[in-house]
Amino acid sequence: MIRAEGIYKRFGDHEVLKGIDFVFEQGKTNLIIGKSGSGKTVLLKILVGLFKPESGHVWYGDTNLVTASKEELRKLRMQVGMLFQGSALFDSMTVEQNIKFPLDMFTKQTHKEKIDRVNYCLERVSLEGINKKFPSELSGGMQKRVGIARAIVLNPKYLLCDEPNSGLDPQTSITIDELISSLTKDHNITTVINTHDMNSVMEIGENICLLHQGHLAWKGNKDQVLNHSNEILHDFIFASPFLQKLIDNKK
Amino acid sequence: MNFNIFHHFGNFIQWQGQIYRRPENGKMYYKETIRQMYDIGIGSFPIVFLISIFIGAVTAVQFSYQMTGTLIPAYYIGYIVRDMEIIELAPTITCLVLAGKVGSNMAAELGGMRQKEHIDAMEIMGVNTSAYLVMPKVIAALLMVPVLVCASAIIGIAGAYIASVPVGLFTSSDFIKGIRSFFEPYNVFIMLVKAVVFGYILTSVSCYQGYFVKGGSIELGEASTRAVVYSNILILLADYVIAIVLTA
Ligand SMILES: Nc1ncnc2c1ncn2[C@@H]1O[C@H](COP(=O)(O)OP(=O)(O)OP(=O)(O)O)[C@@H](O)[C@H]1O
Ligand SMILES: [Mg+2]
Repeated sequence: MIRAEGIYKRFGDHEVLKGIDFVFEQGKTNLIIGKSGSGKTVLLKILVGLFKPESGHVWYGDTNLVTASKEELRKLRMQVGMLFQGSALFDSMTVEQNIKFPLDMFTKQTHKEKIDRVNYCLERVSLEGINKKFPSELSGGMQKRVGIARAIVLNPKYLLCDEPNSGLDPQTSITIDELISSLTKDHNITTVINTHDMNSVMEIGENICLLHQGHLAWKGNKDQVLNHSNEILHDFIFASPFLQKLIDNKK
Repeated sequence: MNFNIFHHFGNFIQWQGQIYRRPENGKMYYKETIRQMYDIGIGSFPIVFLISIFIGAVTAVQFSYQMTGTLIPAYYIGYIVRDMEIIELAPTITCLVLAGKVGSNMAAELGGMRQKEHIDAMEIMGVNTSAYLVMPKVIAALLMVPVLVCASAIIGIAGAYIASVPVGLFTSSDFIKGIRSFFEPYNVFIMLVKAVVFGYILTSVSCYQGYFVKGGSIELGEASTRAVVYSNILILLADYVIAIVLTA
């Protein structure tokens, strides 16, 4: 469980988050949704301590990330896996070396154990056999999946994904959503996903928080999304006239 | 803005405390250090060789020009060239060149990693990136720069010989007699102190510039330039301070 408490963040005069309270629950896929520029990435980076909020706290169990010392922070982070919006794969290393890096750094496993683990993670993201390729030789979607493989290699208790399926075709998107969802269930992980993909919201949105102009505009789950009276959520979901038409026809 | 220099200096000093920490994994740090030693040592040898041989040659030719018509004994050439090389030319010129080659390279590498979020990605894994990305570079430089500087001194003296003896500016025996006269082991100590201090300056200043880079490719280019310029200024400043302190 990760608990955000009164998160306030600004860059210069630009207030991005104006007090966010939210509980990201364990064993569930928690979604942060909102328009582009609404502060999803900023919130995610505050959750992992890459940005410091001007005020507010982030609780991992009973450790406060905002006030934690560098040492505590590092210990905590070994339990956190993160997928960046741009994947952030190390581009002078092969896929295998990328995924193996955390193992090399933090475990005393033998070479064979590490390779087995790498292969297992690659299998989970359906990318067997690309061990020796470099990130530049992969498509965007494959890079995302390698990013996920690297994020889960140390069996994290917390998995944070920044737009895991932006820029991907609907089918690949669904595969990635299903992958993250099943990882969450299999290992009882606290998963936080940034997205503005409505498909993901409807498929895996177990605990959703909608950001709008720096505030938490709505929270709920996928079943509540369609039966609600929140205008901001309505505007966000039915931004596409196509979807609106579909719903109208159904009625 | 006027206090920018103090701001950066303060940050720099504070940052040093982050770098020299116990490694998460000695083997990874060791591997990285070896890689950096190879890069710095082998990678820079050709340019150091080329520059040293010419600096030595020019020193000899010009010194012989200054000596013509004076009463200074001819064998002084070897003595002068040797001490110039050891005390000043080898450490200073080599490190100014290394700041341009190794320093800008390190700044660009770290800056690129910062901009592509590689450093953030490592931080999230729990790696102390200041330590992992900087300490091996500094250690490698502390080990390899003195080696390069010694090589530069020897090559420079050889360059002086090649440029003066075959063309008849001096006889071989004068030159060699000079080289063996008035030798002060203490001067070699000065050279090594300079090499170590300059090596530390050029790596940590360059890494600082790269590690904290912001913005895009223009800023990355600027950081890489600043790495070289600031390293050079600080090397020359340190050169002066060491000269005063060690020859007092
Ligand atoms: N490092 C930064 N410095 C200054 N402003 C920033 C910084 N990072 C983000 N911002 C600002 O914060 C706001 C939110 O940005 P953020 O990246 O969180 O958006 P987002 O919701 O992730 O959008 P997208 O869906 O497009 O990724 C933006 O207006 C942006 O200008
Ligand atoms: Mg974003």
